Amino acid sequence: MIKFLTKGLLRDRSRSLFPVLVITLTVAMVIFAIGFMKGTMNSLILDTAVILTGHERVVTRAYSEESQLMPNDLALMDVNQMIENLEQEYPGFFWSPRITFAGLLDVPDDKGETKAQGPVIAFGIDFLSHGSRQVEIWELERSLVNGKLPKNTDDALISSKMANQLNIKTGESVTFIGSTMDNAFTTYNFNVSGTFNLRKGQTDKQMMLVDLSGARLALDMENAASAIFGFTHSLYYDDEAAVALRTDYNNTKSDSLNIFSPFMLALRDGNQMGTMVDMSEAMMAIMGGIFLVVVMVVLWNMGLMNGLRRYGEVGLRLAMGESKGQVYRSMISEAVIIGLAGTVIGTGIGLALTYYVQENGIDYTKGMEALSNSSMVMPNIFYAQVTPDLFYIGFIPGVLATVLGTMLAGLAIYKREMAQLFKELET
Amino acid sequence: MINIFISFLSFTFLLGQSNDMSVQEIIQAMDNNLNAKSRILTSKMIVHGRRSSRTIESKNWVVGIDKAFTEYLSPPREAGTKMLKDGDKLWTYSPQTDRVIQISGHMLRQSVMGSDMSYNDMMEDRPLVELYEATLEGSVEIDGRGHWIVLLEAKVKGLSYPMRRAWIDKEYLLPMKEELYAKSGKLLKTSTMDGIKKVQDRWFPSRFIYKDKLKRNSKGTEWLIDEIEFDIDIPESRFSKALLRK
Repeated sequence: MIKFLTKGLLRDRSRSLFPVLVITLTVAMVIFAIGFMKGTMNSLILDTAVILTGHERVVTRAYSEESQLMPNDLALMDVNQMIENLEQEYPGFFWSPRITFAGLLDVPDDKGETKAQGPVIAFGIDFLSHGSRQVEIWELERSLVNGKLPKNTDDALISSKMANQLNIKTGESVTFIGSTMDNAFTTYNFNVSGTFNLRKGQTDKQMMLVDLSGARLALDMENAASAIFGFTHSLYYDDEAAVALRTDYNNTKSDSLNIFSPFMLALRDGNQMGTMVDMSEAMMAIMGGIFLVVVMVVLWNMGLMNGLRRYGEVGLRLAMGESKGQVYRSMISEAVIIGLAGTVIGTGIGLALTYYVQENGIDYTKGMEALSNSSMVMPNIFYAQVTPDLFYIGFIPGVLATVLGTMLAGLAIYKREMAQLFKELET
Repeated sequence: MINIFISFLSFTFLLGQSNDMSVQEIIQAMDNNLNAKSRILTSKMIVHGRRSSRTIESKNWVVGIDKAFTEYLSPPREAGTKMLKDGDKLWTYSPQTDRVIQISGHMLRQSVMGSDMSYNDMMEDRPLVELYEATLEGSVEIDGRGHWIVLLEAKVKGLSYPMRRAWIDKEYLLPMKEELYAKSGKLLKTSTMDGIKKVQDRWFPSRFIYKDKLKRNSKGTEWLIDEIEFDIDIPESRFSKALLRK
């Protein structure tokens, strides 16, 4: 029967080509729109994740309670072993140590006396290890204003705003003044290898980025770190999975009675990110829902129109003795075949388009530069995101709406009386 | 650090430890004791961190209330670090960076060597009688020894501790316990002392314990005085910036 109906559809292009084309385009549009919205929301979250929270973050229990104070005396110890264990047990993430510290940056004059001094917030990031993705996720090559990326332990990148404020030039030596993880007074010379601008408003106003090894020397933190940051390999944040992983880790690895026991925080656990994640998910659901409903109405209407267009054909088939049920079922079967064909092709095109934008992004840098003085943290390149739900979401409008439209139109078949039918055929 | 130490010496042995002394006389006499012509001392500071404890050894040269020079002797990471105070200025030299850096601004509120004392604590060393209005709150017996309770309220602006309360031993005339408050009345630090002995005609503590009450779970900082000499001639060259690098 299906073979017979399919042949009929292929031979009568007025019944197949146009509907399949419409469904294909609509499904492709739905998939790309949802993928792009998800990618954009993820980009917004990723910026905060890279700088502050990671998708997951492991700290000591005591550090998590005082994290705003950057208490490195409560840092994680034996970090290399911890990372090895995390990589083995949670291979869906890549894990990287981070030291966050604050103090003063002192700029010397020719005689080595203080020329300028200002507060600094510094990040010790693993730039130099083989296979590290930190330069990529911080987008440092694009953010570099002048100079070059850190190549040595003592190299530092200074935010261009701070460089202008303290009149620091690339190649100069600056002294960090602060406290070691034992709270001892420390001073450490860094060479300014370059300046950067994250183009995220005031976020990087007092920021200095150094390699983890330099931070460890400056703060006497050998094999220690303020936190271990975890990111999914695709850099896509899945809140449900992240929360489940965090709960599992804390149940199995964390000792609630030991303040130095490791403790995992999901992205939603820090800096009011939970509200942001919930809001973005709610916005996604509302926007996606509205879009889906509009598209469903279009395809439902198309199914309805297709059914009504075949009013005469249906009448003839009934007059020839075909039962109402047979006609109705054959129309629905045809709608299912058309819906499936259009949805499969549309899903393929939509996924391909989404994947392309996921890999290449759409660059809004120039537009965002105009906003660079605002305090908004905004990404400059928007990426789409291929997620598992995109593989089936197109079936809702593509098949369901089309079939529903046909079913509604087909109800007219049952309302037609044989006597009335012959009158129609006479005219 | 020296100046905090000096401030405690302000409550030292007085001429005639009489209950008849007015509170103003106690504070004045305390200041007279505080401002020795000069002193040289060697001490150990034991900083009890939340994970471990560190012992930092230093030698200090102090002249009056304006000049102080500190050289850290151990542990190796701190050894060779020097600090110079001249009036209201403070410089530090670290051999790791070979830089002389002036400590100013918000850094003055930071902890000295991770202890429970700040650079500001070191800097505020003017006679207490100039800075505070004293009120005798009462008398109390602690461990069988009589103590006065004295409340000191700032009469000048900009002090780190606008209010402090001291429990002064009536015999030693030393503040065996002191509470340091913010303007809001919030308790910021406490200090106690023990091991009182006589040094060059003064009652003198051999151990101080400071606790920063803003540090959660702080176990405090102990300061042990190993050697101290008063009224020694110290050459002016000891307080030159050039000596920081030597």
